[in-house]
Amino acid sequence: MAFGTGATSTRAPSAGFRFTLYATLSIVIMFLDQRDEWFERIHYVLQATAYPIQLAVSSPSAAWRWLQESIETRDTLRAENARLLLHERELELRSMRYEALARENDQLRGLRAALPPVAERWLVAEIVSIQLNSLRQRVLIDRGTANGVFKGQAVLDDKGLLGQTTHVGPWSAEVILITDPEHAVPVQVARTGLRTIAVGTGDTAALALPYLPANADVKPGDLLLTSGLGGVFPAGYPVGKVTEVHRDAVQPLAQVRAVPFANMNTDREVMLVWFRPGHPAAPVSASGAATSGNRNMQPQKAPHSAASTAPPARAPASTPSASGAGAPAPAAAASRH
Amino acid sequence: MSSEPRGQMLLTALVGLILTVLPLPPWLSVVRPAFLVLTVLYWSIAAPRAGGIALAFFAGLMLDVFQGPVLGEHALALCLIAYIAVREHQKIRSKPAFQQSLIVFAALVTYEFILFAIDGWTGHPITNPLRWTHTVSGAILWAPVAAVLAATNDKRR
Repeated sequence: MAFGTGATSTRAPSAGFRFTLYATLSIVIMFLDQRDEWFERIHYVLQATAYPIQLAVSSPSAAWRWLQESIETRDTLRAENARLLLHERELELRSMRYEALARENDQLRGLRAALPPVAERWLVAEIVSIQLNSLRQRVLIDRGTANGVFKGQAVLDDKGLLGQTTHVGPWSAEVILITDPEHAVPVQVARTGLRTIAVGTGDTAALALPYLPANADVKPGDLLLTSGLGGVFPAGYPVGKVTEVHRDAVQPLAQVRAVPFANMNTDREVMLVWFRPGHPAAPVSASGAATSGNRNMQPQKAPHSAASTAPPARAPASTPSASGAGAPAPAAAASRH
Repeated sequence: MSSEPRGQMLLTALVGLILTVLPLPPWLSVVRPAFLVLTVLYWSIAAPRAGGIALAFFAGLMLDVFQGPVLGEHALALCLIAYIAVREHQKIRSKPAFQQSLIVFAALVTYEFILFAIDGWTGHPITNPLRWTHTVSGAILWAPVAAVLAATNDKRR
């Protein structure tokens, strides 16, 4: 029907050969991709070539947003400004309290000098393209190794934990969200200190906690924080809230669901965070082995020495005071000690 | 004969790639057919000598970059179904539209099964049944997609 080409009627002679060639090549690529660390470089190149296409694909919606923003009336801008001012005042109040709490905490810990906040610096990145379906929950952001982004870096939004970078290109990086079915984040129930793992479900509004025994002390409304284990996320960042707990007498494990705080669906900007290595709340990796390119994986140092000799930032430093009002750690307030 | 439609192949493959990665609302992206796979299949059948397998390999590699947990898995799966399509292009061409859709359905299921198997072997199992829905929508949309691609093919001659 559709093939009105009248082209060749004899079979292409070398089809089998070419198939063997390319199939072998694919298998070799797969094999190397599974084994070799240096293969990340090929990912890097491919990501760089794919980035223009992704930009082009997302440009219509970006242009529409830009247009919408630029024709916003003065009134809406003023209203937003007033709202932000109010919000800022609220945050300032809260950070005042934070300073007092931090001092009290340091006294309790018996530290001579106050520790700097665990977040050393952060960088705002814009989401270029999103892939949100039940199989994959990934977003592409417009920052890459040129900005000092590394693989396995924590990504937050103003409400809570969003995910971590998986593949980093020169100007872009892929972020796997905590709701991706392949993602798991070590968490801690804030009320009880119970540690477990929150697994993505493929739904932007749900996390599953499949490894809690039926008699575990957890109930709807419990706050989930990162536990600091696993080597990627530092301790104490909000992840989500428990929404439902099912206990079945037959099943040894409870079925627990939680809702993440981060707005996976509506976010347009996210924050990449660099953490102070050696800080008590910094991510701890299980093995303690240093992985290339991730300095958070370095073995823990003593808190005192690390606090005084925090290494300088690697790439374009956006100071905490300069970026984002909704930043997670009120760094400026705490470093005034 | 002498001029294979290589330009159209590349162009339509690019469009197929863009349609594949275009952000869509979740309910729509579940039923979105794998446009790039359909494009590769079409060219393998319509122009079996123009290098459909090479196209399949590079298209698959791009798909791997965009959505594969492992580099090379889409490339392998696409190469295989492109090879089958090239080998059997005469038989497939002579079939009526409905049977072609069935053949395409079988090819898409094979493709998805290879991905499923490789996902499992490499430790990224995704057992969600929704991953199979695109095989059905792809088979249903095969006739219009093939017609559009045939139009781009005819324009040049």
